[in-house]
Amino acid sequence: MQFISYLINGLGLGSVYAIIALGYTMVYGIAKMLNFAHGDVIMIGAYIAFFAIMNFGLPLIPAVLLAILACTVLGVVIERLAYKPLRQAPSLAVLITAIGVSYFLQNGAQLLWSSSTKVFPAVLPSGSLQIGDLSVSWLTLITIIVCVLVMAVLTLFISRTKTGRAMRACSEDKGAATLMGINVNFIISVTFAIGSGLAAIASVLLCSTYPSVYPTLGSMPGIKAFTAAVFGGIGSIPGAFLGGLLLGIIEILAKAYISTQLSDAIVFAVLIIVLLIKPTGLLGRKLSEKV
Amino acid sequence: MTKDKKGLSALFSAKYRGRTASYTLVILAYIILEVMRASGNLSSLFTSLLVPVTCYIVAAIGLNLNVGISGELNLGQAGFMSIGAFTGICVSGRLAASVPAVPRLILAMIAGALLASLFGFIIGVPVLKLQGDYLAIVTLAFGQIIKSLITNMYLGFDENGFQFSFVENTCKLVPGGKMLLNGPMGATGTQRIATFTVGVILVLVALVIVYNLMYSKSGRAIMAARDNRIAAELIGINISATKMLAFVVSAGLAGAAGAMYGLNYSTLVPNKYDFNTSILILVYVVLGGLGNMTGTIISTVVLVLLPELLRSLQDYRMLIYAIVLIVIMLLTNNEWVRTRIKLLQKSLSGGRKASAGKEDGKEAA
Repeated sequence: MQFISYLINGLGLGSVYAIIALGYTMVYGIAKMLNFAHGDVIMIGAYIAFFAIMNFGLPLIPAVLLAILACTVLGVVIERLAYKPLRQAPSLAVLITAIGVSYFLQNGAQLLWSSSTKVFPAVLPSGSLQIGDLSVSWLTLITIIVCVLVMAVLTLFISRTKTGRAMRACSEDKGAATLMGINVNFIISVTFAIGSGLAAIASVLLCSTYPSVYPTLGSMPGIKAFTAAVFGGIGSIPGAFLGGLLLGIIEILAKAYISTQLSDAIVFAVLIIVLLIKPTGLLGRKLSEKV
Repeated sequence: MTKDKKGLSALFSAKYRGRTASYTLVILAYIILEVMRASGNLSSLFTSLLVPVTCYIVAAIGLNLNVGISGELNLGQAGFMSIGAFTGICVSGRLAASVPAVPRLILAMIAGALLASLFGFIIGVPVLKLQGDYLAIVTLAFGQIIKSLITNMYLGFDENGFQFSFVENTCKLVPGGKMLLNGPMGATGTQRIATFTVGVILVLVALVIVYNLMYSKSGRAIMAARDNRIAAELIGINISATKMLAFVVSAGLAGAAGAMYGLNYSTLVPNKYDFNTSILILVYVVLGGLGNMTGTIISTVVLVLLPELLRSLQDYRMLIYAIVLIVIMLLTNNEWVRTRIKLLQKSLSGGRKASAGKEDGKEAA
């Protein structure tokens, strides 16, 4: 019973990682870049949701929508200003720029809102659901449901809509996609918009679980979710989902059965082992190399 | 290969120009700074930054060998620095009573470099089978693991020898004993034996090692493996061995730099060497130019000093640092700006072929 409850908690944490990892993996799949500033978009989302609820007294849903809107705009603006001029540049240059953007967001947040920790209000229902001996908190259940919904909607969007098809085309071959009349720049903007919007959803779920808001809030979940995306095979949407969930479960189980202090080390050690056995991640595709 | 030119002019031949520039820069900077310090013209803030700057330069030169010459993105350089730092502190702490300061510092750096190289080798075996971003993520994971492990390590020593424990501190030392590692508190009460002179010598040693490697047969093999893995394999280069060489040397340099850094402060927490430190060193390397050691030295000095120079702007300084970083990356990688710079270089150098920089391996293309 204890084990199952750990497993469910792991799924809850993993769902948050999965939603963040989707942002990493989509951007990687289409723009072929590691967006290191993604974690800090989560942080901005958390602050927006916090102020919307505490200062403007908005209820949960409008506050989340506002955070999604703000993060979407932020994501598109970052892409336009910082990444678009570097479309032809080597990937390391883009990586460093992304790091610069990450510093900018963290320090900007610190200037605007001070570095002191703010307590995120308990907006999601507390308490827990009893099924026999098993007790599952509503928060965990809601997190898992939101993650499954996000995943379902995203999969439908990617596979059924015209924009989704264009996104897949861009991730296959940008040149050919351009020849087919697809506006690649627009598609990349859409990708950043979706990823950042998802980051806002993740921020509210994350801050409901760990209710503190501070400027470097996004770093660690960002690194973990990035790891999850690689774990599942970067560029693959089901991979990010699977990687996120597994990472969450491993983390919670390691905390419960081995050691709280060493849980991070264990998570990353498992990642290394998985990559050794399957060098392109769990669901990643192996690309053959030509001379 | 043609015969090298003899005498002084050889120093400025295309083959040696990059090296001469690096050595001259370091030695000149050292002389100027020592004169300034002796005449009391160096503020205490800058004096306190001298040793850390040399440490970061060495770690960055090592990383440049890894990222620029070998072409593997390494996001865990801080992990190797951390291993070197805490090894160095332990060695120095153990030998404090018996060995004078400078030999002890050198021993500590050698120990740090050796252990970091060993870890580089162990992690390199699996890591170098992976490519690109997967390799990057494993080095990132490695850095996190090292930080996590050292945060949970307790090491003390007394007249009965060393005592070690993990996660929980169970070391029971007799009076007179000393804790070398204190878990999350790190190392405390370290004797500060690092000096700027030894730091500069370390930089020069690092440059000699890296340049000799770069221009040797192995160095050419490393660059061939970077530029085209399959083609290099076809002409008989052992890819894993050459990449491993660069990786291990890079780790060793970071270890020596870490030992130097650790012995410059009386306290050092394991959290100092987190992901952000790895990234910071990577920024020095990329901004200085991949494969260009002189560039690495300059960019490290500028970027370590920049936040200090912006101190008068108080809270805004890190924000400005971030903006400067983004703007530099945008400018140096923008096609329009690049063509202008090339035109400017051409008109400046006149008819002479602008071949400088090519010798330093890959430019920040």
